[in-house]
Amino acid sequence: MNVARNQARDDGPPAHDGERAVLEAPDINRALTRIAHEILERAKGPEKLLLLGIPTRGTFLARRLADRIEQVEGRPVATGSLDVTMYRDDLRLRPARALGRTDLPEDGVDGRIVVLVDDVLYSGRTVRAALDALNDLGRPKAVRLAVLVDRGHRELPIRADYVGKNLPTSRAETVRVCLAETDQRDAVLLRGGQR
Amino acid sequence: MNRHLLSTADLSRDDALLILDTAEQLSQVSDRSIKKLPTLRGRTVVNLFFEDSTRTRISFEAAAKRLSADVINFSAKGSSVSKGESLKDTALTLQAMGADAVVIRHGASGAPHRLANWLDGSVVNAGDGTHEHPTQALLDAFTMRRRLGDLDGRRVTIVGDVLHSRVARSNVHLLHTLGAEVTLVAPPTLVPVAMGEWPCEVSYDFDAVLPKSDVVMMLRVQHERMNASYFPSAREYSRRYGLDPERLGKMPDGAIVMHPGPMNRGMEIAAEVADSERSTIVEQVTNGVTVRMAVLYLLLSGSEPAIGGNQ
Amino acid sequence: MTYLLKGARVLGGEPKDVLIEGGCITAVGAPGEVDGTGASHVDAGGLIALPGLVDLHTHLREPGREDAETVESGTAAAALGGFTAVHAMANTSPVADTAGVVEQVWRLGQEAGHCDVQPVGAVTAGLLGRQLAELGAMADSAAHVRVFSDDGVCVSDAVLMRRALEYVKAFDGVVAQHAQEPRLTEGAQMNEGSVSGRLGLTGWPAVAEEAIIARDCLLAAHVGSRLHVCHVSTAGSVEIIRWAKSKGWNVTAEVTPHHLLLTDTCAEISPAGSYNPIYKVNPPLRTQADVQALREALADGTIDCVATDHAPHPVEDKETEWPAAAMGMIGLETALSVVQEAMIETGLLDWAGVADRMSARPARIGRLSGHGRRLRAGAPANLTLVDPSVRWAVDPGGFASKSRNTPYQGMTLPGRVVATFLRGRPTVLEGKLT
Repeated sequence: MNVARNQARDDGPPAHDGERAVLEAPDINRALTRIAHEILERAKGPEKLLLLGIPTRGTFLARRLADRIEQVEGRPVATGSLDVTMYRDDLRLRPARALGRTDLPEDGVDGRIVVLVDDVLYSGRTVRAALDALNDLGRPKAVRLAVLVDRGHRELPIRADYVGKNLPTSRAETVRVCLAETDQRDAVLLRGGQR
Repeated sequence: MNRHLLSTADLSRDDALLILDTAEQLSQVSDRSIKKLPTLRGRTVVNLFFEDSTRTRISFEAAAKRLSADVINFSAKGSSVSKGESLKDTALTLQAMGADAVVIRHGASGAPHRLANWLDGSVVNAGDGTHEHPTQALLDAFTMRRRLGDLDGRRVTIVGDVLHSRVARSNVHLLHTLGAEVTLVAPPTLVPVAMGEWPCEVSYDFDAVLPKSDVVMMLRVQHERMNASYFPSAREYSRRYGLDPERLGKMPDGAIVMHPGPMNRGMEIAAEVADSERSTIVEQVTNGVTVRMAVLYLLLSGSEPAIGGNQ
Repeated sequence: MTYLLKGARVLGGEPKDVLIEGGCITAVGAPGEVDGTGASHVDAGGLIALPGLVDLHTHLREPGREDAETVESGTAAAALGGFTAVHAMANTSPVADTAGVVEQVWRLGQEAGHCDVQPVGAVTAGLLGRQLAELGAMADSAAHVRVFSDDGVCVSDAVLMRRALEYVKAFDGVVAQHAQEPRLTEGAQMNEGSVSGRLGLTGWPAVAEEAIIARDCLLAAHVGSRLHVCHVSTAGSVEIIRWAKSKGWNVTAEVTPHHLLLTDTCAEISPAGSYNPIYKVNPPLRTQADVQALREALADGTIDCVATDHAPHPVEDKETEWPAAAMGMIGLETALSVVQEAMIETGLLDWAGVADRMSARPARIGRLSGHGRRLRAGAPANLTLVDPSVRWAVDPGGFASKSRNTPYQGMTLPGRVVATFLRGRPTVLEGKLT
């Protein structure tokens, strides 16, 4: 079934031949800590913050960021997930796919400072879909974007506010983010292409 | 490849769970202020109804519209169909109009299967004769899952005119696929002969089955059956196979009562039962839209559908 | 014209030369021993010679539904199928219930010339089941009607059936009953069983056929008349007919080729998709157990003969949803092949048996003295030559019938008719109409 194929891509084995790690667990750890501080600093406190991860790995990253903010502030910060599948512009290019989870706080997104969290920023189309999805859910005070890796090659006028690592890549390369929550370890792996 | 939803028998366990899981996610949409998703923009869904069924039609219409599809309602009454146009010619017309999906309700068993031969788009069976009504079974399963959790090992009793019920057929296949244990209860005149191959039990004794039921689903008794000697009288039917408050009391704690509607209050179901806490009848209507959204999404959103049997 | 058929295996036996002169067979002998001077030679090496097939049950549709079939097209199909005589059923429009209509059909058959057309007369006026048609007038007409049937509907009224059975004794007629209890089959779509239950199609229970057959056997015995049972389709019917015959009652029966080969599962699973009404027929296709019982009954003679129930319908009457579709399938051009598949290839019958069940016995039931005779000197030269060794993919596009509603499309069947002779004149040569 088509959907099973999609999931296989998401939950793939931790390492392939020819892959090399560009970020290891400690690097990811440091990057997230830094982003957490930057988010907090700019928002001037956690009250209005809502960290919305884009499934699957964005959700885990949002939760990790929230944990760090809570450690610093001693207060919980709102998190959730925002599935953007229904808003994608490439739905018809691939078989129909299963939906991810959307979890929002009871009182929604109105008046919040929403930080969208994703693992890799590439064409910008996922973020575009996320902005559209947010638009149907309410009216945040502001929307910001945090990503673990920015690999370039934007196709839309979209820029991240918080970046773990800028990673110059060619389009022929694949970037794969592994997180302990689903992939048994933390790493950012790069494969293929010619540097 | 042509993919359709014609029968729940065509759905694998993975397919069925995918529909229910997708519906679970989509159920949030009906709670939002903007109850609309852009997903099926530019796709055309035709509701082709040869029988009057306002409830089913508006449920499919709401589902398609919430996904931003263009909806065309094609009622056979007063159209060229009532003047003798064949189903095939209707199919060719819809094809020429660029229908991406046709939702068909028809009085003839198997009409959706025939339609699927003549169309490139997806066909969704919205009830065919005395055969099947797959989205009704899916919304029933969705409702059960929300109330009771996982359906594996759940005991579901379906009571009434099994012989003529498309709801019963679709539910037997789907619930079996999902691991539930189904018992059909009916007077022997309303059970098909040769039930041996159906994946369910058959009983003529409602009271014996009641205490072992997590779900009791009551089927509507059509008025035309009442004068065809399937049973002596409405009163006798009601006495032996109706769900009244006394019988409700024999059901286990937490067991639920379902009815696909429209109900004959006082016939197969007492008003107090229909309106009780255990009744899911109103939820079933709400869930109908959600489940039909899931079906349309999975059939139409991608380059090829994620579910359904091939014709 | 004289013909010498060289090396034909008569009834599947040793090769023989057969000389046809003046409409009759004049000599049958070992190869080279028959003097064929001046005769056209037909190479019949490897071919089986059978007496011309006789169909007790054909719908030619004329008059009334010439869009589906005509006497011309239907009898052409018959000749290509190896038939030299067909009985044209009475459910035309107008109904063949008067001397005028049966004579018209008979004359159309004579004019077409592909095979003899023996009209069947209706039992009741207009097939309405209320009063007897003028059976005697039809018997006395130029058409010499001996078989009477309301086929398509059952003579369900017991009194009317009794009277019909009694009345036809006066001219050695036979009532061919379409056995279908009407109340038990209201709205019926297919065999009542597990498949109908799954498909949600109204069932046609076996008992609706069997109850009428049992009643009619008792009636025939009571009044001492002849009964013929059309298209027997169930194992239970076979048992009842076997019992009636064991009593010495004058009961005969036919089975269709499709009931010898196909089952009700075709409605659910077939290359043509589910719910394809190409498989919708009356009586309906039954179960594998019924098919087996019918084959055995045909082999042991309980069922006397094969009859096609060739029922042509235009495309639009089959390209519909199942309940809206017309009932019936065409069969003249595939009958012998299906019988070879179901009976010869399974070892249940030999070619002599096929000749008996498809020619001799139906001719006797229909009282056709010129057909179904043994292939020997002096007999009318009604015969067909069959190549049993070829297998062919059924393509209705090549049929002579005007209709295309064959359930065998795309199937590969054994045996093809190479030539057919009607009273010494070839109607088919080299597999083509002459």
